Amino acid sequence: MGKLKSLADLKKIQEEARVKLDLRVKGDSPEGLVQIKVAMATCGIASGAKTVMDFLVDELDKRGIGAVVTQTGCMGYCYAEPTIEVQLPGQEPVVFGFVDLKRADEIIEKYIKSGELVEGIIPVNYEKIDE
Amino acid sequence: MKELALHILDITQNSIRAGATEINISVDESPVTDLLTIIIKDNGKGMDEETCMKATDPWFTSRKTRKVGLGLPLLSMNASRAGGRLTLSSSPGTGTTVKATFRYNNIDRLPSGDIPGTIALLITSNPGINIIYNHMFNDNSWGLSTSEVKEALGDTPVTDLKVVRYLKEIIGENISELTNIKVKHDNY
Repeated sequence: MGKLKSLADLKKIQEEARVKLDLRVKGDSPEGLVQIKVAMATCGIASGAKTVMDFLVDELDKRGIGAVVTQTGCMGYCYAEPTIEVQLPGQEPVVFGFVDLKRADEIIEKYIKSGELVEGIIPVNYEKIDE
Repeated sequence: MKELALHILDITQNSIRAGATEINISVDESPVTDLLTIIIKDNGKGMDEETCMKATDPWFTSRKTRKVGLGLPLLSMNASRAGGRLTLSSSPGTGTTVKATFRYNNIDRLPSGDIPGTIALLITSNPGINIIYNHMFNDNSWGLSTSEVKEALGDTPVTDLKVVRYLKEIIGENISELTNIKVKHDNY
């Protein structure tokens, strides 16, 4: 049996990441990263938010897009879960609903890469639906 | 929820929202005693007795965005379905402990699911919270924590996308190693 992976293996990424970070600092600031928040309350998780988050983390890394993917609570759009909020550097955040893997792929390819909007956007004024 | 891992992910969000700075998660698989126990313990703001009583009521939530709160009720349902139960203990200012038990071999016990991925996501997307994870299988245990991960990473941010994948592999291998010890024993 081979040696078990341990935390010491994380040192490897440290090297890789340092190179990447250097490029980034020279290119643009950490604010130059795409910020993605995946809604992960009960409603989101039950509709598959974790699968979407796994996909985003893997694919953004593979496709070499500098991004930070984090979790957030319920945004109140339970009917449209899984929902994600995407904020491109220097822009207003946009919330996408009904995000399955196909749409997540579309969001990366169209919205994140070229700023082109895709279906499923939840307009900002929907926030006030209860009032 | 289809997997225990998703319940862990879900219940931990409660701890995060309660302002916890340290969350202890443990999964104790004990086929020998036919028991599976999940404990999520936080040092968040806690609940008073009244809130604690209402927490497993699906029509109760502390949120303003919607009128239902299904996280704990669903976990409670799945636990009792598999011959176990949910216990909550909490006091304001000290934090909350959620404990769910299941009969390990019960046919209705949910599969554990992607625990490595879940813990990796929790650690990397909540860099400000020290998450301590422990996995037990019969008498063997293994664990790791956010602070250990941060120490191993040095000045690389935990949020780096590669960290999730590596962590997932590390956790996965170590957990299956725990389970393997049992298999070898059985073959003998």
